[in-house]
Amino acid sequence: MQASDKTAPLSAEVRKEIDRWVAKFPAGRQRSAVIGALHAVQHENGGYLTVELLEAVAAYLDMTPVQVFEVASFYSMFETKPVGRHSVSVCTNISCMLCGGDQLLAHVEKHLGIKVGESTPDGRIFLKREEECLAACTGAPMMMVDHQYHENVTPARANEILDALE
Amino acid sequence: MNQDKCTIEINGVEVEARPGQMLIEVTDAHDVYVPRFCYHPKLSVAANCRMCLIEVENVPKPLPACATPVAPGMKVRTRSRRAIDAQRSVMEFLLINHPLDCPICDQGGECELQDLAMGFGRDVGRFSEGKRVVRDQDMGPLVSTDLTRCIHCTRCVRFTQEVAGIQELGTIGRGDRVVISSSIEQSISQTVDHELSGNLIDVCPVGSLNSKPYRFSARAWEMQQRALVAGHDCLGSHIFAHVMDGRVKRVVPDACENINETWASDRDRFSYEGLYADDRLDAPLLRENGNWRSVSWPEALAAAAAGLQERAGQGLAALVSPSATLEEGYLLQRLMAHLGSNSIDHRLRRRDVRGQADEPGVPWLGMPVAAVEKLDQLLIVGSNLRKEVPLLAHRVRKAAVAGAGIGFINPADFPVFFPVASTMTGSPDDFWLALATLVRAAAGDGELPAGMAGLLAQAPEPQAHHHQLVARLRDGTRAAIFLGQIAQRHPRFADIDVLAATLARLTGASLGYISEGANAVGLALAGVLPHRGPGGKPRATPGASACEIIGSPPPGLLLFGIEPEFDCAAGSGPARSAGDGRFVVACSAYGSESLLAMADVILPIATWFETEGTFVNAAGRWQSFAAAARAPGEGRPGWKVLRVLAEQLGAKGFRYPDAGAIASELRGLCSDGLPDALAHARLPVAQAPVAGSIGLSELDVPIYRIDALVRRATALQQTVDGRAGAPPAAAQGA
Repeated sequence: MQASDKTAPLSAEVRKEIDRWVAKFPAGRQRSAVIGALHAVQHENGGYLTVELLEAVAAYLDMTPVQVFEVASFYSMFETKPVGRHSVSVCTNISCMLCGGDQLLAHVEKHLGIKVGESTPDGRIFLKREEECLAACTGAPMMMVDHQYHENVTPARANEILDALE
Repeated sequence: MNQDKCTIEINGVEVEARPGQMLIEVTDAHDVYVPRFCYHPKLSVAANCRMCLIEVENVPKPLPACATPVAPGMKVRTRSRRAIDAQRSVMEFLLINHPLDCPICDQGGECELQDLAMGFGRDVGRFSEGKRVVRDQDMGPLVSTDLTRCIHCTRCVRFTQEVAGIQELGTIGRGDRVVISSSIEQSISQTVDHELSGNLIDVCPVGSLNSKPYRFSARAWEMQQRALVAGHDCLGSHIFAHVMDGRVKRVVPDACENINETWASDRDRFSYEGLYADDRLDAPLLRENGNWRSVSWPEALAAAAAGLQERAGQGLAALVSPSATLEEGYLLQRLMAHLGSNSIDHRLRRRDVRGQADEPGVPWLGMPVAAVEKLDQLLIVGSNLRKEVPLLAHRVRKAAVAGAGIGFINPADFPVFFPVASTMTGSPDDFWLALATLVRAAAGDGELPAGMAGLLAQAPEPQAHHHQLVARLRDGTRAAIFLGQIAQRHPRFADIDVLAATLARLTGASLGYISEGANAVGLALAGVLPHRGPGGKPRATPGASACEIIGSPPPGLLLFGIEPEFDCAAGSGPARSAGDGRFVVACSAYGSESLLAMADVILPIATWFETEGTFVNAAGRWQSFAAAARAPGEGRPGWKVLRVLAEQLGAKGFRYPDAGAIASELRGLCSDGLPDALAHARLPVAQAPVAGSIGLSELDVPIYRIDALVRRATALQQTVDGRAGAPPAAAQGA
């Protein structure tokens, strides 16, 4: 009874998406859907997860809360603290570094007025902490905005992309 | 090819092993020590500490002994240059972030990391960078955290997952940021609530998880270790009391594979705090003109003897704690016999004794404790199993995980952390009718057992799932039915018992009882029953049972180790008024308010921590133990008090030199082995049950309210279970 109350924060759409993931795994292995579930919940919640939402996912998938906390805290793609709506990552790994990734990052920081790991005060943009290689070395330096890759980014192009974000 | 055995070589010595067995099991079995942190014989293999690296010939890298399966002809070296180098390097790596705070760490002196650092660590650390610091988390009143000391072996996480059955701890974060936590943020306090969670303290190989009540109160090497048998449930778990200056500082489990394995329940581990409660008595008390006065033993005993003697002709009864020792029980019933009364009982929470003459004389499990996990079908009737006997629930869990079909018939859906094949819940008044339905299903079209018609008429028609359950019990090669404490406290217990016995007989299952207290089996053997004397022999004239005694107390009453208001189902003891002609002697470790209001003499007795004695566990195993600590002040072991009291009353043959002599005298009166619960046919009782309705809270006694000692254990009372079980007002006064 308590378990069903705990799932209350999950919307009908999110439940549908979680059910779609659950259906991919054998019966009784609904735990395996946790990553898909967290993606759906994070997306709907504007880019981050709350303890309440994590507990809701746990109740929905019949896991203990700490089992969901483990997954959410392990993967860098899940944010467990409030962050800006748009997630921006600038690659500074070797290829991008050689092609000016560090300068690009410094430019982005200056342009937005925040450091990596911070969000803009208006809650618009979250500059994700230092990102490892995103496998776009041929287009270095690169920047990822909400899972979309932008390659051969110049400071001017970066301004354009960032300013266009709602 | 023989798949069962193969020969491998360990450090040049040929030994036999099973292919597929992990190397560390083989080395352990042959007393070859391999250092380890994450490996624990009762938990799954994680192989994440890497401390157990050893060399295997023709393998280019050192291998972890805990995760390397045996293969025929393997040549293993545990002390070679390469193995030692690997172990040293791992140790250096583990010590990088481990604080050098052993002098203020409770684990110091009994720490696996400290010991191994002595053997494998370098004298000087090469790591000059800053060490990692982890914020501690509040995990509740039992387990303290110093997470900076954690080496991430994950034994604790695996314990909650694999033994407790509910993962309350996890690894939050990853890589060098990983922390052990019960929540996503260390700042969020999330208590660890499982009734076995104290074992986290033991599985932790470092000082990261420690005992909160014991914290900073002694050093390991200052204490003496005394073996004891735990006195709160019918398992008789083996424990050690660690004692300093005559005081119990903490309790840890003593490994006993057949009973408690390597575990202890929280109730057994933390109840010792109750020994030093504020209302613990340190001298005999005598009521004079309505006022209490501390008196000497001779004065108190003379008053007690005179009062009892005077009322011997008018009616005398004794109520005995189900956790009294065998010796205490035997002397009490001898004493009562001397005073001419058969009204003596330890079944304090029993409401229904209509069928007692036909019940098996001894309420035992019907099998060894370890056999429970080998059952393939088990039906449990009327039991909040996890809270009644936590480590029996663990055995049942092992059976369930191994595929056994576990069924419950209960007045509520008590949560368990294992797969359950069927749960039948009903109202507290008539949940047991499901058992009658099962008997109908088992009898089928055949003739109903004689005289059962009336009882079965009330039962609902069997459904498909009833027939399935009966079929499972029938098909099981090792099937059992257990009657729990809720069943035994039920006002219709006589009917439940007959139905369970009938179902067991019809399906071929065995019948067992999950009894209350530590020594219900022993006290039944000792004759602490109104209808059976020592050795279970029926008494010619049965006396009054506990519910009759407490319902209408006779003029003379002897209370032993109990507080009637909390320990008796039928009432809270006689209300007293001046000149009412009553006389109440209480042998008690505590001078609780209710006893002070009720008694005329209070004799301070030792708890089971402080007396020599014997408990007989639910499997019928006689387990004797010696006193681990001294009772405070003038407190004396109960059997010695009774010995002198009997002498004062002019009884002969009470000059036992020690408790062992009492136990062996009783042993001589008992037949070998315990009776089968189904040995003789049982008929439904003719007598009508007591009318009225019963509530769940009357049937289910909270885990930390079960006896006077545990009610005073402060840390246990602060747990979720403790707070849930506290009476609405003034929990402290209990």
